[in-house]
Amino acid sequence: MTGKGVMVYSEDKELELQLLRKGREFADKLNGPLSTVSLSREPIDADELIRYGADRVFLYKDPGFDLDIETYRAALLMAVKRASPEVILIGSTRRGRELAPRIASALGTGCMTECIELEIDERGDLLARRLVYGGSAVALERSRNRPHVATVPPRVFRRAEPSERTGEVMELGIEKPKPRTIVVERREKSRGGEALENARIIVAAGRGFRRREDLKLLEELARVLGAEIGCTRPLAADNGWLNEWIGISGHKVKPQLYIACGISGTVQHLAGIRDSQVIVSINKDESANIFQASDYGLVGDLYTILPLLTGTLRRIKGEPI
Amino acid sequence: MNRVIVLLKDAVDLSELKVDPSTRKPLLEGAKRRIGELDKRALEEALRIKEREGGEVCTLTVGDEGSRTPLLEALAMGADKAYIVNIGTGVWVDTLTTSILLEAAVRRLTPFDLILCGEMSLDSLSSQMGPRLAELLDLPQITYVKQLAIEGGRLKAVRDLEDADEVVQADLPAVVSVSREINEPRIPSLMSIMKARSKPIITFDIASLDVSPEIVSGEQSIEIISVEAPQVERKRIIVKGETIEESVEKLVHHLVTEGVLEVR
Ligand SMILES: Cc1cc2nc3c(=O)[nH]c(=O)nc-3n(C[C@H](O)[C@H](O)[C@H](O)COP(=O)(O)OP(=O)(O)OC[C@H]3O[C@@H](n4cnc5c(N)ncnc54)[C@H](O)[C@@H]3O)c2cc1C
Repeated sequence: MTGKGVMVYSEDKELELQLLRKGREFADKLNGPLSTVSLSREPIDADELIRYGADRVFLYKDPGFDLDIETYRAALLMAVKRASPEVILIGSTRRGRELAPRIASALGTGCMTECIELEIDERGDLLARRLVYGGSAVALERSRNRPHVATVPPRVFRRAEPSERTGEVMELGIEKPKPRTIVVERREKSRGGEALENARIIVAAGRGFRRREDLKLLEELARVLGAEIGCTRPLAADNGWLNEWIGISGHKVKPQLYIACGISGTVQHLAGIRDSQVIVSINKDESANIFQASDYGLVGDLYTILPLLTGTLRRIKGEPI
Repeated sequence: MNRVIVLLKDAVDLSELKVDPSTRKPLLEGAKRRIGELDKRALEEALRIKEREGGEVCTLTVGDEGSRTPLLEALAMGADKAYIVNIGTGVWVDTLTTSILLEAAVRRLTPFDLILCGEMSLDSLSSQMGPRLAELLDLPQITYVKQLAIEGGRLKAVRDLEDADEVVQADLPAVVSVSREINEPRIPSLMSIMKARSKPIITFDIASLDVSPEIVSGEQSIEIISVEAPQVERKRIIVKGETIEESVEKLVHHLVTEGVLEVR
């Protein structure tokens, strides 16, 4: 190991293991070590990080209270100082996305966020593809400075395979910086959404639904289809009717059948469903943009159409209507 | 409250963006420009703070003379003054350079109590300016804010993270980036649109700021090699029967033919 290597970090365990796979590949290519930082509310055991591909683990011991951005920043910058990596990959959770540009500014470098493909070229520059224009286009970008800083969303890379390997474990040796924001309350949210990302059929609701109770129409359709239920961001984030939404800032889905009900088809929503095999939309506005992005469209009131659709499918199935 | 500075990007208007059908490249030249939806929400929040706490609302944009037109909308919404860091027409700078220019301009707008921005711009989707400015100005950073209040001279914010909502407090001045859910931006009245034309738009030239001009004219850390809008072919069939019942029957028939139904 001669070169300066790679550093990866995410406070999210699964994402950390995914970054370790790409990090290992880059480290081998650059002929340098792969470092990581063990720092989160529920840190991964250092030996496990090594089994999954790390050569060096920097430990930050700070159990028991909430971590603020100043702590993440100080820990990462110290680890970067000690390892001087050429490439820094950070997991693109919201915490990761607020951390990466800070690190980049502290180091005086550029930063590429939300990368969905990453590659090191013969010059050692980092090339990335990332979504732009609301998610309607893909940019190919090059980072020319060192170190390269990039963030990577979940599930872009598969997780690394564990094996019996050896590595170094080191204390980071920093003082906890004085926090500048105080967390006075933490309201845990229920997370889910894996079901959506793996679903073969999804029926999804938009603001065409007027009341929460009306989602029953969709639940009945979902039951007969064996489908998962999804929605647009306003239904989850404004109304709180469901926990997870689909789109550029939510889950990216790839079902064989996606049925959009009362959804207008903004670029932000479409960015999450473009890998669907067949898209069906039901909307009462014949000029709605969703029809441009659909295979089959039904113009009409979802309150009339959904019960009919459910009824027809039940009949085929031989169920009582 | 002194001054609230709102960072606004002179951005591509996504609702009017066209793609060249043969090259699949977005047609950026001459594309309409506008203040993005999230930036407007940051401005709306600043205006609400001003209504409660007094002070003035200034907006700050890295752009060119052409940025005046999109900024009129911000002035019409109620901003007192708009500042442009003029980098010249057709010049592109990366997020690192943009943040350094914004930092230099913010230092000229001292004293201020708060910097507000959107969590990201909807065209480049970078989400970097809030954190970068917090670093460069050495200020508290609060991101993904969906509720904001000032209580006893301190900020209280609700942050929307994946696994939890966090209620946090911080001293002023601070840098806050907002999420879509923070508010519904106002739509300016005809009267305020007229009045906006007489409000000041002030330009900083690079030479007047405490930065080296090479950061703009020189090679950027990040280079955009290409941008393409990948085509997803869709059939775009509008299913239509004599009656709505018949349309539904037809739709189901299509889905059976596609082999995507799993009616068990
Ligand atoms: C930073 C940012 C990120 C975002 N990320 C996402 C994201 O990831 N996912 C997402 O979905 N959104 C996202 N959004 C929000 C997005 O811009 C739109 O606001 C949202 O997608 C609109 O949702 P909708 O289609 O449900 O509502 P609307 O646009 O209001 O559409 C409702 C539709 O329902 C139709 N309708 C009404 N009544 C009926 C009826 N009875 N029968 C049939 N049709 C009916 C109407 O014709 C209309 O087309 C984001 C926004 C921002 C600023």
